[in-house]
Amino acid sequence: MMQCSGKSVLDGVAIGKLYLYQRQEYVLKKEIISDVEAEKKRFWDAKASAAAQLDELYRKALDEAGEEQAMIFDVHKMMLDDGDYLEAVIAKIEDEKLNAEYAVLETGKSFAEIFASMDDDYMRARAADVKDISTRVVRILAGVGDGGIHSDEPVILLADDLSPSETVQMDKSKILAFVTAGGSANSHTAILARSMNIPSLVKTELELKSEYNGVTAVVDGFTGTLYIDPDETVLKEMTAKRERHQQEQKLLKELKGKDNVTTDGRRINLYANIGNTEDVAKVLESDAGGIGLFRSEFIYLGREDYPTEEEQFEIYKEVISRMAGKKVIIRTLDIGADKQADYFGIAKEENPAMGYRAIRICLDRVEMFKTQLRAIYRASAFGTAAIMFPMIISVAEIRRVKEIVEEVKEELTAEGKAFGEAELGIMIETPAAVMISDELAKEVEFFSIGTNDLTQYTLAIDRQNQSLDNIYDAHHPAVLKMIKMTIDNGHAAGIWVGICGELASDKTLTKTFVDMGLDELSVSPTYVLGLRKTIREI
Amino acid sequence: MKQFTYTITDELGIHARPAGLLTKAAAGFASTITLDSGVKKGDAKKIMSVMMLGIKQGQTVTVTAEGPDEEAAAAAMETFMKENL
Repeated sequence: MMQCSGKSVLDGVAIGKLYLYQRQEYVLKKEIISDVEAEKKRFWDAKASAAAQLDELYRKALDEAGEEQAMIFDVHKMMLDDGDYLEAVIAKIEDEKLNAEYAVLETGKSFAEIFASMDDDYMRARAADVKDISTRVVRILAGVGDGGIHSDEPVILLADDLSPSETVQMDKSKILAFVTAGGSANSHTAILARSMNIPSLVKTELELKSEYNGVTAVVDGFTGTLYIDPDETVLKEMTAKRERHQQEQKLLKELKGKDNVTTDGRRINLYANIGNTEDVAKVLESDAGGIGLFRSEFIYLGREDYPTEEEQFEIYKEVISRMAGKKVIIRTLDIGADKQADYFGIAKEENPAMGYRAIRICLDRVEMFKTQLRAIYRASAFGTAAIMFPMIISVAEIRRVKEIVEEVKEELTAEGKAFGEAELGIMIETPAAVMISDELAKEVEFFSIGTNDLTQYTLAIDRQNQSLDNIYDAHHPAVLKMIKMTIDNGHAAGIWVGICGELASDKTLTKTFVDMGLDELSVSPTYVLGLRKTIREI
Repeated sequence: MKQFTYTITDELGIHARPAGLLTKAAAGFASTITLDSGVKKGDAKKIMSVMMLGIKQGQTVTVTAEGPDEEAAAAAMETFMKENL
């Protein structure tokens, strides 16, 4: 087995035989011609044929890959029509009496050199385009075709680099993946591979040997690894990986844009949990209806001092704007217990899970709490925000929270700062909150059940203590009764109830939750579509 | 001679596709149309010349039109740039 790595263009796994791409070779000779007019005519004819080919490629790419990718061939055609380029070719024929092939080759080279010397990655990659159009004309002049793929089965195509026209002209049904020694993530080969949805590696710097032809190989687009002649273990592992990914892709295709509705018509809101701004892309891709739990801790952790209002505002604004009107439920600071930052100066505790944490800190350090609320309310003007408060155990706490919220809104109004509205809710994660959920429901607009803490507090099992793992049972009837009670009390007061803890993604319980009347489930983005499938089958 | 300046807001700058569109927009006029990036000058009717300016987001470009239809050419270029770049 041999292995090498490159830059991956797309996630996915391809397994198949290697095929070394070979261009039909041609020898280009520099000749001195005598009939300048005839040579010029040869060039103009070849240029016209090249333009016709580019039109054809544009149409083909438009069908296969869409307008964005097809555009390159339109650009190629314009480059071929460029006054300076044409003048340079004609000058070489007229003044230097060069044969048309050589005149085009030389011109292409000098233009490519200028692009290659530019201080911009994108423009440097355009040198390949100039070479591509020149090669096209030269091949027409010399009467040589492009190299195709001569294989009965689909292959992993191995090449030094591929021009956009080479990639688009290939029979796509024969290609499992591209592997190039050179190229870049900006190259058209990479872009086309992405639009064709096949895993590919560029910049592998692999030495191309003809003995690779026909050898079994694996392209792992997740890690950017190429395995040539993989051993049994790798092959088995990669086959399973490919299976999983294909399964996911299938699910994605089938379930995107569909409703989370049970067979008897009950609709469940399926939201996603995020822990930082990068996760938003995954949420959008997962097709979740909103963000059901935005853990704001990451803004506070891993730094030397409290984040300012502006820093927080920018983060919330980014997430809320990118969700474009879909609901974003931000959980206010839930620090303490297992999440600590030195600058908070929290004394070491005997029992931190039951200690100074979450809303307890916020109600104690009101200015810090207000900073976060101000940032959220201001960001809320850019979309739909909701706020939920963690670790609530009493009605007095939520009333105090609401007073602070009112003060924040009054201050923002007085300062003339723009802000939006936000639905207010609480996390139900203590048995106390469950037991008084009828009272709490009158104070807020929604409940979100945090099953991890609720399980730990209900069963009196420290979830950090691994030796208790065997009795930590989130399916314990006590936990399920707690959840049922919360849903019933919420609904009695006319508010909606969701789950944002681990249990939300536990498919063995989805039916139970739906039967209990749950309104929302918030899970990690990767579980959204799978859960949609489960719900649709109930 | 008609002249105006424009600051590129497109995050990719004048890359291949807009350069092509710009060339097409310029081609319809008899006037010579020049783009000046402050470093280099380029002919707006030639795609490679435009691309080779390597104009990026935030850069200010001076566009000059000179010829019989310079008024219309400058106005059309300004509209094109505002809409596309």
